[in-house]
Amino acid sequence: MSPVVLQMSCVAGLLGIAGLAIVLSRAKSSTAIIYGLTMAVSLVALFGSVRSLLGGVPNGSELILPIGLPWLGAHFRLDALASFFLVVVNLGGASASLYGLGYGHHDPAPHRVLPFFPAFLAGMNLVVLSDDAFSYLLCWEFMSLASWALVMAHHRERGNAKAGYVYLVMASFGTLALLLAFGLLAGPAGDYGFAAIRAAGHTPYAATSVLILMLLGAGSKAGLLPLHVWLPLAHPAAPSHVSALMSGVMTKVAIYGFIRVIFDLLGQPIWWASVVVLILGGITAVMGILYAMMEKDLKRLLAYSTIENVGVIFASLGLALAFQANGLKLAAALAFTAALFHVLNHSFFKSLLFFGAGAVLMSTGERDMDRLGGLIHRMPLTSFVVLVGCVAISALPPFNGFVSEWLMFQAVLQSPELPQWALKITVPAVGALLALAAALAAACFVKAFGVTFLGRPRSTAAETAREVDRYALTAMFVLAGLCLLAGILPGLVIDALSPITTEILGGRMPIQANVPWLSIVPIAESRSSYNGLLVMLFIAISASLAVFVIHRFASHALRRGPAWGCGFSDPTPAAQYSAGSFAQPIRRVFGTLVFHARDHVEMPAPGDIRPARLRIELHDLVWEGMYQPIAGAVGFSADRLNRLQFLTIRRYLSLVFATLVTLLLVLAIWS
Amino acid sequence: MQMHSLAFDVSHTLAGGLVLISFMMLYQDRLYSLLNVFALHAVVLALSVAWQAFVQHAPHLYITAAIALVFKAIVIPVALHRIVKQLGIHRDIESAVGIGPTMLAGMALVALSMVLMLRVTAEADPLAREDLAFALSVVLLGLLVMVTRRNAVSQVVGFMSLENGLVLAATGAKGMPLVVEISVAFSILIAFIVIGIFLFRIRERFDSVDVSALDDYRGERR
Repeated sequence: MSPVVLQMSCVAGLLGIAGLAIVLSRAKSSTAIIYGLTMAVSLVALFGSVRSLLGGVPNGSELILPIGLPWLGAHFRLDALASFFLVVVNLGGASASLYGLGYGHHDPAPHRVLPFFPAFLAGMNLVVLSDDAFSYLLCWEFMSLASWALVMAHHRERGNAKAGYVYLVMASFGTLALLLAFGLLAGPAGDYGFAAIRAAGHTPYAATSVLILMLLGAGSKAGLLPLHVWLPLAHPAAPSHVSALMSGVMTKVAIYGFIRVIFDLLGQPIWWASVVVLILGGITAVMGILYAMMEKDLKRLLAYSTIENVGVIFASLGLALAFQANGLKLAAALAFTAALFHVLNHSFFKSLLFFGAGAVLMSTGERDMDRLGGLIHRMPLTSFVVLVGCVAISALPPFNGFVSEWLMFQAVLQSPELPQWALKITVPAVGALLALAAALAAACFVKAFGVTFLGRPRSTAAETAREVDRYALTAMFVLAGLCLLAGILPGLVIDALSPITTEILGGRMPIQANVPWLSIVPIAESRSSYNGLLVMLFIAISASLAVFVIHRFASHALRRGPAWGCGFSDPTPAAQYSAGSFAQPIRRVFGTLVFHARDHVEMPAPGDIRPARLRIELHDLVWEGMYQPIAGAVGFSADRLNRLQFLTIRRYLSLVFATLVTLLLVLAIWS
Repeated sequence: MQMHSLAFDVSHTLAGGLVLISFMMLYQDRLYSLLNVFALHAVVLALSVAWQAFVQHAPHLYITAAIALVFKAIVIPVALHRIVKQLGIHRDIESAVGIGPTMLAGMALVALSMVLMLRVTAEADPLAREDLAFALSVVLLGLLVMVTRRNAVSQVVGFMSLENGLVLAATGAKGMPLVVEISVAFSILIAFIVIGIFLFRIRERFDSVDVSALDDYRGERR
């Protein structure tokens, strides 16, 4: 069986499972059956795509189905890039299904989730596989609608209906942009096959418009600023394993679309296109993590952190564009590999963290960090894997997050080789933004882990939490293991990604398998290299030594004294650091500018026995400055146009008549 | 060449006559006279189509002319006469807009369609050009009749004269298939039947065919 046929059979299998789920939805054992089957099919698809990524894709990896547009048919094709994204999709799908085996039992309405879950996976697989604009858009819409249904699964919960509505509006807007982009790509000849688009030359004017439209279309799905507003509403609204898929995988499918069009179909990039992508990526990264820092809802925090990571990936892609436009193949391959590596990493640790948040939600029923705390004693295994995820996403060695960000900064350091001064200045500036984002991400996840899992429980729900079931734990441990593996053996990943850079950019990084001791060397050994294994051994040995030294040489004498209350005379759990108080220094530094943050102290009048309150005022400037005016304008004009509903027949006729005459007049004047 | 010039002149005269009769329709404020003018409109149309058939050596256009003559000049006006009599509205005088402004608007519309058509179809055959310009005028004047009238019957007449303009345009262009013309004619006939039935329905319900009664029923302001 050729690889693409294997993948398409898996998609057909997933769609079949979706149909089965509709039939079985009310049955008692449906959760186990559906998630089990989905996991099996995803694993098959995963192994198939890993094999075609590592083993190279044979030429006959195309499939044309006689559906869709009659003169076009539906084209599906598997190449190295598609194989890589299939790995991401199906790994996420398999782990989410495994997690769902346990998590799904806690779902109050499984029949609202089960049919759409495999359909959503099938949609994402199809988007990556499709090879003509029509199938691409169709599958993209299918994916969006399936995920929308999953967002609306718990539609009676507060805020979910709004989240679904905003998501629907933004998804339609994004698809409109994609539609226009593909229309421009197909040109007046109107051949929608990707092969024909690739072969056709594109004028700079069309290429610019396509870039802008793709930034709007794929960017709105991936969560680029300022089109991100739906993401922190919709991702947390879905059940946690679906949140993991949406954040960890669906944003990657959007990035796949961007790469496919901008790098593959559009041909040689223009250098200043990269400036736009770089700046957008940098700003998105910093803003995303600042939003996350201000958040106290665990799942929303994770969704905002997804925006940050998407920004990082787009910045790397912008770097790759800049180098590619100037023919610096090696540096372009380095930046592109960094972007793809980060795509893979983010799908690992973001899924892991959403699973962790889901585990917390499952055992406490709480997403608000200010009502959690002390979970490390009640849920030690979950705490451990979430800690791994937090360390990985904070880009600390020896985990995978560090490797991809390190590769990206290596690419930033190549910027002096660029000839254009605009790029020479922009790239280091964006590098500084990314460094800031990385540091803030670390702070953000110290907060997320510390407030949720450390300290003392802030509510009875947190006090009575219990460890989650073994399926969920297995899924999280597998992902944590992958985070570590990709961190200590990055050379394997980089070599696996090299067929993609060869295919898309025509260049590749040095072969890492030849470098001794499992180090990785981005450009040349004389410049820089990194060895994850060595760093891990060093960390392990030095930490063990420190522990040994402390236990061996510190005094064993017992001392008794008054416990230091850290300045609290009444140590209630509520007096601990909360999410808001932890973020206060950063809010002071950035918040006034970015969020118009204000602190108000409300002091009661003398004699009043009310407690004094500290009220924090935050403004989402993107929402208030951009979306509310648009919504207001739409509402205003809708109100005015509403009158048209109640005209007399003669008025309607007159309107038609006046329109006709006006159009004729315009024609008479302009022609 | 002499023949061509004659052909041009005659078809020009007939099409111009159609526009003129459309103008006549604008200021008829009694229903019977409006119907008579409409019958005249259809007769001139039939003549024009027949002339086109003769000039273009297209015998199938004679069928179109016959359809126009039989249905539009005889059947429909007679039927509308009977409807008006049955409804008892033959004494009604109605015009939503004054005659003066209506005529001025009509002139402006004809000027617009001339300017537009002569400019847009610069490279077309001069015969078809003139024809199209007149046809557009007739269509616009028909719409104007529909807009300025309040009575449902006169709106039907406006609609029918609009359709005459379409037929004029269709026959002016060479090589228009017969099927298209016949289907247009039939669709108009069916539209007439449907509208006729509705007229009686409206009348039964509201004791009037003034469409403003419908607006009152819908509880709307005018």
